[in-house]
Parts: sequence; structure tokens; C-alpha cells
Amino acid sequence: MAKKTVFQEFTKGLWSEVPPYRLVLGLCPTLAMTKGVDNGFGMGIAVTFVLVCSNVLISALRKVIPKNVRISCFIVVVATFVIIVELVMQAFTYPLFLQMGIFIPLIVVNCIPLGRAEAFAYKNGIVASFADGLGMGLGYTISLTILAIIREILGNNTFWNHQVFSSVFQPFAFMVTAPGAFVCLGLMLCLMNMLGKK
Amino acid sequence: MREALKLFIAVLVFSAVSGGLLAVVKSATQERIEYQQIKFVKGPAIQQILKGCSNDPLNSRFKIMDGTMDRSFFVGVFNGKPDTVAFESAGKGFGGDIGVVVAINLATDKIVGVAVTTNRETPGVGSRVRSEPGFAGQFKGQPIEEPFKVKGDGGNIDAVSGATVSSRGVCGAVVASGEIYRRLKPKIAEKAKSTKS
Repeated sequence: MAKKTVFQEFTKGLWSEVPPYRLVLGLCPTLAMTKGVDNGFGMGIAVTFVLVCSNVLISALRKVIPKNVRISCFIVVVATFVIIVELVMQAFTYPLFLQMGIFIPLIVVNCIPLGRAEAFAYKNGIVASFADGLGMGLGYTISLTILAIIREILGNNTFWNHQVFSSVFQPFAFMVTAPGAFVCLGLMLCLMNMLGKK
Repeated sequence: MREALKLFIAVLVFSAVSGGLLAVVKSATQERIEYQQIKFVKGPAIQQILKGCSNDPLNSRFKIMDGTMDRSFFVGVFNGKPDTVAFESAGKGFGGDIGVVVAINLATDKIVGVAVTTNRETPGVGSRVRSEPGFAGQFKGQPIEEPFKVKGDGGNIDAVSGATVSSRGVCGAVVASGEIYRRLKPKIAEKAKSTKS
């Protein structure tokens, strides 16, 4: 495989390897945190922050981290940034923190940050790892936001907690429940596969 | 041996740096987090049911040990008298515990107001016990000793239609707060008296 440019490392996370739809990673928050656009977007930003920070730090320290204990070191790095995100969210965006609840600490065991650390940051330079983390993070954010827009508008008739259509439109409450999330995600995966088919 | 020592030191250094960093962030945000918790979780409900009081109930709060649990009580001052206390209790709902704040007048033992704080009820169905003011309004003015039940269970509270389990949970929480109130009333009254009006 030819060496990719930094720009390609960035864009692959946005389309060809977008985490939830192409790699099908990080699905737990994808299903649970897309009830509303604010949740989905907030979750995406939190993951992006963790991903960029951990990718850069792990890439910078990749010569120091011994191969045998690399996973433990990755987990410590990822967990540190996740707890920082959690504390900062509690202090400044408390209502959002309440809605996201357990899914913030669960970013630690989310496959995306650990996966990128192992598959990319540990083998590549700082600039490339930054681009990779940012691309993957933004791809994740956009994916969650799109799913959340569909579910919130159809299921609750709101967008970012503001009403969209007149009250005549009866919201399709199924969309904001867990089974609705599965159906919606399945349709998105189907759409992405159709678009990706050559 | 040297190899193992190297691995050990690497993980040790990582964990130590991480721990130190988190301690700094934690202490920097702690005060703000405590304030935000009171403001956003219980604040709106307490301010809503103690509407018209002349003090800030969030600042005039005290704690009483109830068994092994610390309970917070918020005092509302009406007409210069600190005679109303609000506190939180919980009832079993459809999706977990429903947190309910109940305000009680210490002189008459009657309910001043009831509001739902935290709930994990189905959005748009069970969560209406919180958003429909008519439901919580039914408790207002009733004596706290009343064994509140929804009408389907032989009580006198109209359940929110389609959300009987959630409505039952709120009734349960109000009954539970009646029990707490009976148990702790002497202590509550004593502490509330010392609140500045």
C-alpha cells in the first residue's frame, strides 16, 4: 500500500473508514446517544477530544512505550483523557452530562480510541496520528449527528429541542426508543453499503 | 530481569503521571460540579414548588442523618417564617427510580407542592408525570399522612393516562417522603427554625 498523505489520513475517517458505518465500531453510544441532536453531537465531540489527545500522546511516546505493555499504557492514556472530559462536562455542561450519563466513562472501553492507538498511532508519526484522530473523531461526530437528526425529528418532532413541524405532525415515538435506534442504524448501514458499492 | 523492570517502570510512570494530572483536574472542578449538581438536578423543582418564598432555598439547606444516609432539606421562608421544607425521596417507576421533591408546611403538615426531579421513564409517555403540571398539582394542599394511591388502586390520584406505573411511582415517592417526614420531624423543625428569614 502506498504511503498516504496527511490529508488522506484525515479524510479516510470521514468517508471510506467512517467508524460507525464502515468499521461498525463504537455502536453502543451510537445507538444510545442519538435520541437527540444535542446528545449525539456532544458524544461525538467528547470522543473526538479523547481520540485526538490520545492519538497524539501515544504517537509521541511510541518509542518509549514497551511493546509488551502497550495495551495497558494505551488504556491509561485513554482513561485519563476520558475522566478529564467527564469532569469538565460536569463542571460546565451539567445538563448534557446528565443525559449522557454512563456513556462518557464508557468511552474508555469504546473500540475507537484504543483501536486507533493500536492500529495507527503506535506505528505512525505525530502529525499523521493527529490527522487520523481528528478525521475519525469528526467522522464519528457527523455520523452520530445524522442519525440523531433523523431520530429526533421523526420521533420527537424537534431539532436541538426546538419544534420542527407544526403540532399537526404526530411524532413517531418508536424512533426514540432503543428498537428504533437499531432500525435506524440498520437503514443507515444499508444506505452506506449501497453508496459504497462499486 | 532488566526487561521486566523496564516494563514495570513504564506502567508505573504512566499511571503516576495520569493520577497526578487527574487529581489536579478534579480539585480544580470540584466546587463548580457540586454547585451545578444542586442547581440542575434539584434546583428547578425546588424553586418551582417553593415559588413565592422570600429566600433562596438552594442556599438555606441543611443535612440530617437518616439511618446511614445523609438527607438534604431545603427551607422556604414565607411571610417571614421559615415554615416550609422541601426534600427528595424516590419511588419505583417503569424505568427505575423516580426522584420526587416534596415541600411540606411544618405548621399544618400539608403538602405545599410536589415535583419530579430525576426519572428514567419512557420519553413522551411515562415522563409526562414530570411535564404535566396537573398531575403533580393534585397533591397540593393534601395532608402528608394520606396514603396516596392512583384511582385504579383505590386511591384518589388521577394517573397520567397511559402512564399508570410512573404515576404509581410518584405516589409511592410521596408516601415515602411522608414516612421520612414523620421520622425526622422534630429534627427538621429544630433546624428549620434557625434559618434566617
